[in-house]
Amino acid sequence: MAPAGYRRGVETAITTRVDGTTRTTRVDTRTTLLDLLRERLGNTSPKKGCDHGQCGACTVLLDGRRVLACLTLAVTTHDHDVTTADGLAPDGDLHPVQQAFLDNDAFQCGYCTPGQVCSAVGALAELAQGHPSHAGDITADPEPTRAEIAERMSGNLCRCGAYTNIITAVEQAARG
Amino acid sequence: MNTIGQDIPRRDGHAKVTGTATYAYETPADNAAYCALLQATIAKGQVTEIDITDALALPGVLTILTPGDVQKLTPVENTELHVLQDNEIAYRGQIIGAVIADTSDIARHAVELVHFTYHVDEHDSAYSPDRDDLYTPDKLVTGAPADTSTGDVDAAMRTATHTVDHVYSTATNHNNPMEPHATTALWQDDTLILWDSTQGVHAVRTTLAEVLDLRPDQVRVICPYVGGGFGAKGEPHAPVVIAALAARALPGRPIRLALTRAQMFVLVGYRTPTTQHTRVAADDTGRLTAIAIAATGQTARIREYVEHAGAATRMMYAAPNRATSHRVAALDVAVPTWMRAPGECPGMFGPEVAIDELADALGIDPIDLRVANEPDVDPESGNPFSSRNLVACLRQGADRFGWADRAPRRDGDWLVGTGVAAAVFPAFTMRATAAIRYDQGRYTVEIGAADLGTGAWTVLPQIAADALEVPLDQVDVGIGDTSYPYASTAGGSTGTATWGSAVLAAVETFRDKFGTDPNDGDEAEGTHDQGPFNEQYATYAFGAQFAEVRVHADTAEIRVPRLLGVFAAGRIINPRTARSQFIGGMTMGLSMALHENSELDPRFGHVMNHDFAGYHIASCADATDVRAFWIDEEDPHVNPLGAKGIGEIGIVGTAAAIVNAAHHATGVRVRDLPLTLDKLLPGLP
Repeated sequence: MAPAGYRRGVETAITTRVDGTTRTTRVDTRTTLLDLLRERLGNTSPKKGCDHGQCGACTVLLDGRRVLACLTLAVTTHDHDVTTADGLAPDGDLHPVQQAFLDNDAFQCGYCTPGQVCSAVGALAELAQGHPSHAGDITADPEPTRAEIAERMSGNLCRCGAYTNIITAVEQAARG
Repeated sequence: MNTIGQDIPRRDGHAKVTGTATYAYETPADNAAYCALLQATIAKGQVTEIDITDALALPGVLTILTPGDVQKLTPVENTELHVLQDNEIAYRGQIIGAVIADTSDIARHAVELVHFTYHVDEHDSAYSPDRDDLYTPDKLVTGAPADTSTGDVDAAMRTATHTVDHVYSTATNHNNPMEPHATTALWQDDTLILWDSTQGVHAVRTTLAEVLDLRPDQVRVICPYVGGGFGAKGEPHAPVVIAALAARALPGRPIRLALTRAQMFVLVGYRTPTTQHTRVAADDTGRLTAIAIAATGQTARIREYVEHAGAATRMMYAAPNRATSHRVAALDVAVPTWMRAPGECPGMFGPEVAIDELADALGIDPIDLRVANEPDVDPESGNPFSSRNLVACLRQGADRFGWADRAPRRDGDWLVGTGVAAAVFPAFTMRATAAIRYDQGRYTVEIGAADLGTGAWTVLPQIAADALEVPLDQVDVGIGDTSYPYASTAGGSTGTATWGSAVLAAVETFRDKFGTDPNDGDEAEGTHDQGPFNEQYATYAFGAQFAEVRVHADTAEIRVPRLLGVFAAGRIINPRTARSQFIGGMTMGLSMALHENSELDPRFGHVMNHDFAGYHIASCADATDVRAFWIDEEDPHVNPLGAKGIGEIGIVGTAAAIVNAAHHATGVRVRDLPLTLDKLLPGLP
């Protein structure tokens, strides 16, 4: 018999493309995309740093747009593309942003890094699409200046304090 | 060939930028079960009743650990590890049980269904330097005495022409590595395997074996990657014991336990608040006649940890009259621990601001004032310094930063100023053993070391390759596993110096035994013990921190557009990873200066702002230009490698430099951290 306070979870089948591979799972509708990836699909590239959308370590790309996997319910990704930092390097070939992080030592412990990388990829796409930010003239096409990059990367915390190098890495990636 | 001193990319870099490096919780394991913690919602008292009926009835719940219902643990010095031994509650948030379930969702849900009844005792969690129950600790965590005194500070203060006498304070800070503490635990065939996020696998094994009454060879601890630690993972804490007990309760089933961010504010330590009554006296030329600090802080009633904030004052500047003291209040609070540069980091705040205040009063440049008070020998011990290049750091930093012509200026709506502070951190080593083996043209170094992002995966092969005189790509390394020889914990900035010296010893033994043309399978070990010269020399790394601060003239918004540090830290093994450690420390120092403040509610005994929404740390836009440089320094006295350690000195002095720069910009002197705009606003011109 179900105990007091217990409400049975609702499960549903979803199909999500994760790093290019179609994955069909039955998930509790309360399960986050982050827990689906890490605990059900064995993809631990996105990290859990706070589970509250405050640190950015779980950042992934949803149809190319950066989202926080801990604030995204898994069921909402049905029929969508999820790309993690691992998926940005198919067959081990690093994405230019990943190579720039390596070149500039833009990390230390590495725990926030996959989220930083996905966030940088998303931020550069937003810049290319002309999305304005607080750091620049919102009437002009934004440029990937250090101030713009710092502003747009401030949702991803790094306790090792690699920010200066992260900005330089994203600048390098922006130059192509 | 020489790889030491060369800019070698990280060996674990590819795995980290793709996210394929496996941290403790992520260890591949079939059929894992998930553990969630039950925590006390009172600050002091006893659990009188526990009702687990509802939780156990939840489908997927496997078992629930409750007080008194687990194995009897062996008492150890670290009393926070005595989990679930009785019904006593010593601080709010203490672990009083754990749920193990088939999924993490179910485990978390079941936590809500366990009902505790308490007998509530009156608690006392409010720190104040004015409490009447402050006591003097027997000794500091370094082994040094709590109090020291030479000459007569009071008399010197009375007769000096210039004095500074103020109370400075630092806030409670939580280490908050990005990877919350986590363990995957497996009990199988009378053996416990812990994939644990730790700064020291051997320390975890030794302590867990003792507390669980197992032989050390029954416990294996594995940790290839650590998502930051900053001291919080320096000692095992209560959760890893829970993970072990859970694994023992479900033999053969891997148990995963990761702390939530909120739990990081109660279960794994923190830097205590400090109050620093600092006094300096000087003659007209700026020569100090007295320097003194009376440091006050807090500890937990169930375990003593005293922040040694007075230690740096003992050796930093020359003065004939000197005094330091430590007093502490034992409270019903969570247990404090090491946090990056314990002692020196908070302890170089008050004195380095006081020196700036003295320079101001004297009309002397703060760099010149520091140079004028350089001691010839360690004022405390009378021993010579093995090397002391503070002056070189200050001078080079001044040149690089553009210290000359530093008059405060106004740039539009912004008030702009600059500040400087000195940094220091002890250089010492611990004990470690390395093994080196030859097989098919390759050498493999094995040592139970840890890489917290510090670069051990990369620098230990450099040290080995140079000593072996072989190309770097012929050397493999294995770290983070108790199946490798014993290594000290990564702490006290001792890692590279200690483990590197052990590698040198292993190479020497190997070459002595097998020469330069070894056979497959040849293997040797070497051990490094504490540096032989430590007793004869005072061994410290030094640094100079420079900050530019901009304060908005109307809102007092504070920005730090530039930080620059120059350090003298012995031999630098890898400039790339070293620079990252320095700027990382400085960035954390900026974070401490401007943001970090764990606010404890004395009514309930808990930290209220226990997440990143409430406990702010520096973000990318806060730290856009942080630069680190170093002096080439040869110091044969610290250890065979000549490295002093660089993980902590970067955070020392940063907050003082920023506060001094803010004063330079605005004329407002803030003496308590963090430096927030409300403290500047009332005094703005």
